[in-house]
Amino acid sequence: MFKHGDFMAHSSSTSTFAPWEDSEQKPLIQFKNVTKRFGSFTAIDNLNLDIFEQEFFALLGPSGCGKTTLMRMLAGFESATEGTILLDGQDMAPVPPNKRAVNMMFQSYALFPHLTVADNVAFGLKRSDMPKSEIEGRVDEMLRLVRLEKFATRKPHQISGGQRQRVALARSLAKAPKLLLLDEPLGALDKKLRQDTQFELMDIQEKTGTTFVIVTHDQEEAMTVASRVAVMDEGRLVQVDTPARIYENPNSVYVADFIGDVNIIEGNASNKGDGLVEINWAEGQPAIQGTATNAVQDGTRVTFAIRPEKVSITQERVSDKANCIEGKVLDIAYLGNISTYHVELPSGHVIKAQAANNRRLARRSFTWEDAVWLSFTDTAGIVLSDNAGG
Amino acid sequence: MTRRFSWFNATSLTLGFTFLYLPMLILIIYSFNASKLVTVWAGFSTKWYGELLHNEAFLDAAWVTLKVAVLSSTFATVLGTMAAYVMVRGGRFRGRTLFSGMIYAPLVMPEVITGLSLLLLFIAIGLDRGVVTIVLAHTTFSMCYVSVVVSSRLVTFDRSLEEAALDLGCSPFDAFKSVTLPIIAPAVISGWLLAFTLSLDDLVIASFTSGPSSTTLPIKIFSAVRLGVSPEINALSTIMIAIVAIGVITASLVSKQAIARRQNEEQKALKQ
Repeated sequence: MFKHGDFMAHSSSTSTFAPWEDSEQKPLIQFKNVTKRFGSFTAIDNLNLDIFEQEFFALLGPSGCGKTTLMRMLAGFESATEGTILLDGQDMAPVPPNKRAVNMMFQSYALFPHLTVADNVAFGLKRSDMPKSEIEGRVDEMLRLVRLEKFATRKPHQISGGQRQRVALARSLAKAPKLLLLDEPLGALDKKLRQDTQFELMDIQEKTGTTFVIVTHDQEEAMTVASRVAVMDEGRLVQVDTPARIYENPNSVYVADFIGDVNIIEGNASNKGDGLVEINWAEGQPAIQGTATNAVQDGTRVTFAIRPEKVSITQERVSDKANCIEGKVLDIAYLGNISTYHVELPSGHVIKAQAANNRRLARRSFTWEDAVWLSFTDTAGIVLSDNAGG
Repeated sequence: MTRRFSWFNATSLTLGFTFLYLPMLILIIYSFNASKLVTVWAGFSTKWYGELLHNEAFLDAAWVTLKVAVLSSTFATVLGTMAAYVMVRGGRFRGRTLFSGMIYAPLVMPEVITGLSLLLLFIAIGLDRGVVTIVLAHTTFSMCYVSVVVSSRLVTFDRSLEEAALDLGCSPFDAFKSVTLPIIAPAVISGWLLAFTLSLDDLVIASFTSGPSSTTLPIKIFSAVRLGVSPEINALSTIMIAIVAIGVITASLVSKQAIARRQNEEQKALKQ
């Protein structure tokens, strides 16, 4: 199903594909000061967002953050209370869902149970201005794309969940929309199938050149498929960036905490020049040396965030890294490929450190209650001031 | 799950069914009586069924009844389905609870009152009583049964199917016609059959709203019985029992089979 090559192709293309950095590029979708209220509840709060052609754009956030509302506004099932949504420069407010060059793949797939797989795919085409003679060819083409040629005459309840998901995808792509919306498209699949399908989605997105907007609460999924990720919270965009930047340069504690695993340490900052910041975080502990991306005022309260895989764990003290703290092992989570160590510091903080298990039969070097040293460089973590991003 | 019946269950089942079906069973048995005397058994015969075919009055009444039943159940199905759709899909509009309550009120309204009020209405607007007025009256009271059946189906209907149809270029009406209606069809059909049987055996409302030239079968039977029960009436009643039974059984089979077939096919799909 999934060939490793697909992934390589994708990752190499994303490194050059960055229309959001080019001020000449006209966005396909523009949200301009969009607010959506349901009664007294504000689902979307004065939101501005540009999405570009051929992007695979992910809306990520916990349930109730407004990501589904945002998508339903693009499809035309909800209208904005304030502000405008432009598709290709055209205001979408007066355009009903059936007249939009936008198609949606529903979370429940919403396949028509009384129609065969082929008729489901043909459903939208029959309601377009495509001549009858071409519809059959297009349906075949779509079924080939999702590798379901053999199931054309089956009804939706006669195929498996993964196959249904692909029918839904074929149906929503059949009309060659400018924009495809995917609402939690992989939520109903089991983990293995989900991973395979993610790569398939990326492959199809590249083949068809369609702009994809995907809604998901699964951060791993968003990171895997998307060219850019928008992290949402309470109707606002917290950060919009590439997966790598979201992970390595989160602009707030919220994003750092939402994407992946992170150690959070609060302390008082003092500038050391050249972007270097010292963070005093506990009595009797050496200050943490970190790098701030934004200027930090002396003495302000800051948060130091560092990913567990960037913290090394050793038996002896190391001298080649800017930070080295002693602690004792509290817990070990063995995950096969890696192990996560929960290390308790004398101050009471618990820091997670990860080590790859790259030797199969190595005797485990640390065990519970062992005294260990945690170390990391001055650029491994990120210094976040409380007002940043928020 | 098969379980042996306990004594208690067997007894209550027997009692219940005896209570329900013994009178009808006696009626059916006596419809095959050779004797003209209703209460004296004189051997098996189907001659009363033959006699029925030559009784013009009964045949006319049967024709009127059939016409009324087909027309009123069709109108009731259209109106009831529309009402159910608005109640389930219309969202929260002002007075929605009141409206849905009012749709279901005729279910518990005494038939005499429904009949009387319709009679007053028809007199007030100067509509001559006949087939038209019975059809209108039957449509009114069976519509709410249809809307109960259809709305219970619509409640479990996945809304996103309609949204998907809109998304793929359907107008709202096209979405209803080509997606919603085919999927809720079993409920609509069983609603129609229910309305049909209700109209077929209604006496009270029909007697308020019928005219001299439009006697329905239940009215005919009722007035004939007042002059004495004849074996012919027994035969006629047996036929009506059969029609109603077929209607009700088909209605429940249509909806049950749709579910069973679907579950069966889903099982097969899972095994693959």
